[in-house]
Amino acid sequence: MTEEVAVLDGNAAAGPLAALFAVEPTTMMITCERCGREGPLAALKLYGGAMGMILRCPECGTANLRFTDAGGQVTLDLRGSARLTVPDPGV
Amino acid sequence: MTPALLPWRVATVAAVKQESVRAKAILLDVPDWPGHLAGQHLDLRLTSEDGYQAQRSYSISSPPDGLLHLEITVERVDDGEVSPFLLDELRIGDRIELRGPIGGYFTWMPGEGGPLLLVGGGSGVAPLMAILRARSRSGDRTEARLLYSARTVDELLYRSELDSLAAAGDAFELIVTLTRGAPDAWTGEEGRIGREMLSARGFPAEDRPRVFVCGPTPFVEACADALVALGHDSSLIKTERFGPTGDVK
Amino acid sequence: MLITRGFRGKERNRGAARDRVPPGQYVTPDFPVLSAGPTPRTALDRWSFGLRQAGRTLAEWRWTDFEKLPQTEVTVDIHCVTKWSKLDTRWRGVTFDDLLRAAGLDAPPTSFVMAHCDGGYTSNAPVADLANGQAMIATHYEDQPIAPAHGGPARLLVPHLYFWKSAKWVRWLDFIEQDRAGFWESLGYHIYGDPWREQRYEGDA
Repeated sequence: MTEEVAVLDGNAAAGPLAALFAVEPTTMMITCERCGREGPLAALKLYGGAMGMILRCPECGTANLRFTDAGGQVTLDLRGSARLTVPDPGV
Repeated sequence: MTPALLPWRVATVAAVKQESVRAKAILLDVPDWPGHLAGQHLDLRLTSEDGYQAQRSYSISSPPDGLLHLEITVERVDDGEVSPFLLDELRIGDRIELRGPIGGYFTWMPGEGGPLLLVGGGSGVAPLMAILRARSRSGDRTEARLLYSARTVDELLYRSELDSLAAAGDAFELIVTLTRGAPDAWTGEEGRIGREMLSARGFPAEDRPRVFVCGPTPFVEACADALVALGHDSSLIKTERFGPTGDVK
Repeated sequence: MLITRGFRGKERNRGAARDRVPPGQYVTPDFPVLSAGPTPRTALDRWSFGLRQAGRTLAEWRWTDFEKLPQTEVTVDIHCVTKWSKLDTRWRGVTFDDLLRAAGLDAPPTSFVMAHCDGGYTSNAPVADLANGQAMIATHYEDQPIAPAHGGPARLLVPHLYFWKSAKWVRWLDFIEQDRAGFWESLGYHIYGDPWREQRYEGDA
């Protein structure tokens, strides 16, 4: 059997997430519901691989965002995030 | 169907350039490319005749001024699925699908200020090369250093171009370290980038450099930890990890 | 969708063992790893495995007791929803039937089970798919203790369903009255996940 699964970060989630958001996703600020840490989505730890993406708080490991693109539908589960802030994209 | 905000586009291979023993730069023509920022990446999608698809992310290594082809740098992943195809099979005139530009966090553009400390491991130097090329071509004189770690001298990417950037006398300094042995005449650093090398060759934390670290996950973790230990403000350290995003063996 | 000239993809041995490979799958000699989070490393002296129902513990075993339960070895094919299949994988562990027996249960108390794991992962399955030798809590793979990255010290093994159902790092089975979606099932994957009917995603027939 084999080595540890590689962990990436939120930068690698940007492509798939861009299908959902009108603003650039990696600079979104996410506040962890459990520990209150706030930081850019790019700095979250990425797990999951081919089934979907799980982005976890780098501080406490709580899953802040889960994402799948499966069977013709995209699912985003934001349980674990207290809030999400983006710079005003303007109109 | 909702129109995709990030559509797949068809790119045509315009040129292929050997960059090291293990890597090639692939230059692409994308007629409707919307432009990009230095440091962004793109997703590449390959489809076989029976419908099987493989998707990978690659950093864009060309500068954002739109005068040149879009360039990605592909390093061979032993036992990989996509990189052997791109390195061994792809030819000028072939068409591949891509979408981008992607990302907005790990970016720097001329005028954004510095000093600029770029730390790259292996092919993690690719997005940093886009930043350096953007800086140089725009005439930006932000003080900048690249700490670049490669295994061997044969694996160094952009070697002659980096040397000429460093010789330009525009406040850019190149520091290369080899981790698996150096040739006799080697005058650069040897060994892994750690606290010692970052302290000796990077900028002091008091200068509040903007730091960009890109490489395999263990490399990024080690460098980011060392930088924080040296007193760098973690909000000024931007990291990008790369590695297999799918199932790994 | 543009066909990429010359791209075939790796190791998609579609000719081989056709009757053993469900639709849309390819055979790989590798054993890919897919995890929703960091690999938990629970020390064996702090590990336990339980059967629970409605907040009650029906039975619980420490590692040293769990090892003494009847051992069964199986050689099975496994099928991941991400399209790889691996043939002839050999596992050892304690069957669901033997667990019920050791717990003194004549029959399963409900019709569905939710597997709970270290790290918070969950997966659901009907009891009918676990009983009669169809599932085990596996502790060994190819005669070795299961590596942490592959779910050790113990993982659920339900090889006739897509492999995400075979929850890694399993710590207890919760008997539930109604079927509920586990981790991936609530993110768009199929509630049951039969590879032969290609039930990959929510809504697949």
